[in-house]
Amino acid sequence: MTAPVLSVRDLVTEFDTRAGALRAVNNVCFDVMPGEVLGIVGESGSGKTITGFSIMQLLDKPGKVKSGEILLNGKDLGRLGDTELRQLRGDRIAMIFQDPMMTLNPVLRIDTQMIETILAHRKVSHAEARQLAEDALAQVGIPSPAERLKTYPHEMSGGMRQRVVIAIALMLEPDLIIADEPTTALDVTIQSQILFEMQRLLSNRNMGLIWITHDLTVVAGLAHKVAVMYAGRIVEFGPVSDLLDRPAHPYTRGLIDSIPSNASHGKRLTQIPGMTPNLLNLGKGCPFRPRCPRASDICASDPETSSTGDGRTVRCHNPIEEGLDDTASAT
Amino acid sequence: MSAIPVESPFRRFVEDFVRSPTAVIAAIGVLGIACVAIFAAQIAPQNPYDLAEINIMDGSLPPGSVGFDGFHYWLGTDEQGRDMLSAMIYGLRISLSVSLIAVGSAVAIGMSLGMLAAWSGGRVEAFIMRAVDIQLSFPALLVALLLLAILGKGIDKVIIALVLVQWAYFARTVRGAALVEIRKDYVMAARCLALQPMRILFGHVLPNCLPPVIVIATVQVANAIAIEASLSFLGVGVPITEPSLGLLISNGFGYLLSGRYWISFYPGVVLLVTLVCINVVGDHVRDILNPRMQK
Amino acid sequence: MLAYLIRRFGQSLLVMAVMATIVFFGLYMVGNPVDLLINPEDDLAAQEAAIRRLGLDQPIYIQFLQFLKGIATGNLGVSFVHNTPALELILSRLPATLELAFFAMLLAILLGIPLGMIAGLYPSSPGSRVIMGGSIIGFSTPNFWQGLMLIMLFAVFWRVLPSGGRGQTTDLFGIPVSFLTLDGLKHLILPALNLAIFKIALVIRLSRAGTSEVSLQDYVKYARARGLSEKRIVGVHILKNILIPVVTVLGLELGNVIAFAVVTETVFAWPGIGKLLIDSIGLLDRPVVVAYMMLTVFMFVMINFFVDMAYSMLDPRIRIKAGKS
Ligand SMILES: Nc1ncnc2c1ncn2[C@@H]1O[C@H](COP(=O)(O)OP(=O)(O)O)[C@@H](O)[C@H]1O
Ligand code: SF4
Ligand SMILES: [Mg+2]
Repeated sequence: MTAPVLSVRDLVTEFDTRAGALRAVNNVCFDVMPGEVLGIVGESGSGKTITGFSIMQLLDKPGKVKSGEILLNGKDLGRLGDTELRQLRGDRIAMIFQDPMMTLNPVLRIDTQMIETILAHRKVSHAEARQLAEDALAQVGIPSPAERLKTYPHEMSGGMRQRVVIAIALMLEPDLIIADEPTTALDVTIQSQILFEMQRLLSNRNMGLIWITHDLTVVAGLAHKVAVMYAGRIVEFGPVSDLLDRPAHPYTRGLIDSIPSNASHGKRLTQIPGMTPNLLNLGKGCPFRPRCPRASDICASDPETSSTGDGRTVRCHNPIEEGLDDTASAT
Repeated sequence: MSAIPVESPFRRFVEDFVRSPTAVIAAIGVLGIACVAIFAAQIAPQNPYDLAEINIMDGSLPPGSVGFDGFHYWLGTDEQGRDMLSAMIYGLRISLSVSLIAVGSAVAIGMSLGMLAAWSGGRVEAFIMRAVDIQLSFPALLVALLLLAILGKGIDKVIIALVLVQWAYFARTVRGAALVEIRKDYVMAARCLALQPMRILFGHVLPNCLPPVIVIATVQVANAIAIEASLSFLGVGVPITEPSLGLLISNGFGYLLSGRYWISFYPGVVLLVTLVCINVVGDHVRDILNPRMQK
Repeated sequence: MLAYLIRRFGQSLLVMAVMATIVFFGLYMVGNPVDLLINPEDDLAAQEAAIRRLGLDQPIYIQFLQFLKGIATGNLGVSFVHNTPALELILSRLPATLELAFFAMLLAILLGIPLGMIAGLYPSSPGSRVIMGGSIIGFSTPNFWQGLMLIMLFAVFWRVLPSGGRGQTTDLFGIPVSFLTLDGLKHLILPALNLAIFKIALVIRLSRAGTSEVSLQDYVKYARARGLSEKRIVGVHILKNILIPVVTVLGLELGNVIAFAVVTETVFAWPGIGKLLIDSIGLLDRPVVVAYMMLTVFMFVMINFFVDMAYSMLDPRIRIKAGKS
C-alpha cells in the first residue's frame, strides 16, 4: 500500500481573541494519497481556509495550531523550523489562494514573481528559470507566454491571473497543492474552463490535491474523496460518488438539496434553515442542532466521529440510513 | 449593553481621550503652557522689557548665577543682563498669541471659502479649489518668507503671512466635509423649499465640519508657532522689541560658538516641549475623531 | 503616455503663467515697483535712467509684457549689491543648495525607510517605540534650533566637526562640490543632517504606516506560501509597495527641502541660494529677491511635474490609466 502524501491527525486550531478562544478547526483528520483529489466542502466560515493555512503553517496572529499532527510525507510540519518550512513551501507543498486579484504582487511583473519562486528552490540560472516559467504558463493554456511574462498582474483578467497562480503551483511539481476556492471569485464560464484545465493537468501527475470549495457540484466533477466541514469539524467524509448518492449526515443532505439542478421542476429549492453558528459560544452538543431536521434529545451531547464502512465516516447521532434518505427532504 | 444611557458626544470624547496617559500628560502640558503665557506678567521674576529692572552688569551670566544685586538667575542672562527665564515666559506669550490669532483668522477665512465653494459649486468652486491647490503646492515657510521680504517686519505682518499660508488647509477640509452634508436628503429638501441658506449652512452644515477642522487647527497651531519662530530666526518675523521664542534663540545664536549656549538652548527647549505637547494632543484627537468621521 | 505627458506639461506652464502674474501684480499692489526694483541709494538722475531702462514709465500692460519677456529670456534684473545679473548670481549659488538638498534626501531615504519598516514590522518592540518617539520629536522641533544644537554638540562641546561654511571644494564637471574631499564632507555632514531630520521623521511615519498595511495583504502571505526568504519578502515585496507613497511624498517634499535650506544655510553659513536670499532681504537687494521668487516658482512647477512622471512610472496601475485617458 502506498503511503499518504499528507496526513492530518486531530488538528485543532484556535484564535485567542479578546472575547475568548475561538476554535476554528476542531479535531480534523484526513489523508491525501498521491494522485488523489480531496474536496473540502462547507459554508463560508466553516474553517476550510484556516485548515489550509494550518497545513501551510501560515496562520495570521492570533491563530495557532493547538494540537494535532500534520505529516507531509511522514514529516511533522509543526515541528519544523522556519528555514525547513520555507524550503517546503512553494516546492513540495503549494497553495492557490481564493482571490486572484489580491494574490499576485501588483508592483512586480509576472516573470519576477515566477522566477523568484524557482530561484528560491532550485539552483538554476536566470535564463533556465525563465524558460521553466514560460513552459509553466504554456501548460495552463496561456497564449503567447513569453509576452505574458513581461506584463504586470493588473494587465490580466482574473481568470488569467488565476491561471498564472496555478502555473506557479504546478511549476515545481509539488507533492501537494492546496487550492482554496480558486474559482469562487471568477465568472461561471471561466470557472468551468479552469476546472476543465485542472482535470487535464492532474491526469498524468502523481500529486495530491486539496480542493476547497463551498460548491458541491465542483467537487462532484473533480474530487475522489470529500470532507464536509461544519463549524470547524469534518462532519462527513467519504468517496465522492458514494457520499453524494447516499449522504449520511443531515448537513450534507441539506447541501445536496440546495443545489438547483437536484430539485425537480416545479418543486421549490430547499434551503438549510438558520445561520452558521458563532464559533465563540458554541455551547455543548452538536453544533448543527439548531438547524437539523433530525435532531433529538441525544444531540445535546457532541457526537463522535464514527466509521460506517467503505472508507466513510460521519459525525452524527442520527445518521441517515440507506433507503430512508427521503425523510429529511420531505418538506 | 442596552442599559448604558446615551452619552453626549463631548462626554464620549473626553472618556476616549483620558484612556491614553501620554495624551493626558500632553494635554496637561498644553494647559500649563497656556497658563504660563496668560499670566506671564504675574509669574515672571522680572519684567524683561523694563529697563529699570535690567542690570547691564549682569550680562551673559550662566544658569544659576546670582546677580550684582543678589537676584537669582535660574537660567542665566543674555548679553544685556536680561533674566532668560523671564524673557522666555514673555516670549512664549508672544509666540502663542501670534499663532492663535493667525490660526483663528485662517479658520474663519478658510471655513467661509470652503463652505462657499461647496454651496455654490460650478465656477466659484473651481476657482477657490484651484487657488487652494496652487497655494498648497508651495511650502508655507517660503511663501511667508517671501511675503515678509516685501511687507517688512512686524507682528501684524507675520500674522497676515501665516493666515495666507494656512487658510487653504481649512478651505479644502471644510469643502470636503460640507459636500458630504449638502448632498444629504434633508439639505436638498431644504434647498428646494428655498429655506434661508444661512440657516442651513450654520445650523447643519457647519457643525458637521467641526471635527476635522478642530484636528487640523490643533496641528496648524503647532505649525504656526514653528513657522513664526523660523521667520523670526531668519530676521523677517517679529521685531526686536517684542521677541518671541524664535527671536530669543536667534539672539543667542551669536553667542553659541563662544560656549554661552543657554541663551539659545532654553528657549528652544520650551519651544520643543510646547510643540511636542500640542502635536501629541493633536494626534490623539485625530485618532478619536477619525473613526467617527467615517461612520 | 505621451498625451498624458503633454497635457501635464501644459498644466505646468499654466501654473507658471498664473504665478508670474501674481508676482508681477503683487509688486504693484503691495509696493511701488520703483521702490522694489530701483536702488534707493542712486542719485536722482541715475534713478530716472533706471526707471526708463526698466520701462517703469510705460503703461502697465506693456510693463507686464516686458516682465514676461524678461522671464522667458532669463533677464530678471541686476543685483544692487553684487552688480551682476540676479539670475546669474542665483544660479552660481544653486549647486551648493542642490548638493545639500541631495544629501539630505539621501539621508532621509537611507535612514528613514529602514527605521520605518522596522517600526512597522515589529510594532510593539521597544526599538520601534524609540524610533516612533524620536520621529515625533524630529517632527516637532524647529529646524533651526536642531541646527543650533548640532553645532553646540559637534562643533562647540566635542569639537569634531566644523560649525559652518562649505570647506574645500573640488570641481565636478566644472561645478564646485564639497563631498569629494574629506574637509568638504566634514562640512557637509551637519547641515545635511539638519536639513534631513524633518524628512527622516516623515519617511519613518510613512514607511511604518505603509509596512503595517502592506504586511497584511494577501500577496505578502502568498509570497510566504511560495517559500520566499524573509529578506526577499521585506526587501522586495513590501519595500516596492511602500516605495510608491514614500517617493511621491519625498518628491513633493523636495520643494520643502529647498525652502528649509534657507534656514539650514543660514545656521551653517552654507553659501547656497537660501543664504543668498536671506542676505539679499537683509541688504534690501530686491532684484535678487524677485529673481529668487520666479526661480523657485519655476522649480516647484518642474518638481511637481517630474514627481507626477516618476510616480506614474513606479506604479504600473497609474501608468496604464494615464496611457488610456
Ligand atoms: N484572524 C482571525 N481572527 C479570529 N477569527 C478568525 C480569523 N480568521 C478566521 N477566523 C475564524 O475562523 C473561522 C473559519 O474561517 P475560514 O477558515 O476562513 O472559513 P472558510 O470555511 O469560509 O474558509 C471563521 O468562522 C472565523 O470566525
Ligand atoms: S447529531 Fe443530531 S443535531 Fe447533529 S446533525 Fe446529527 S441528528 Fe442533527
Ligand atoms: Mg475561505
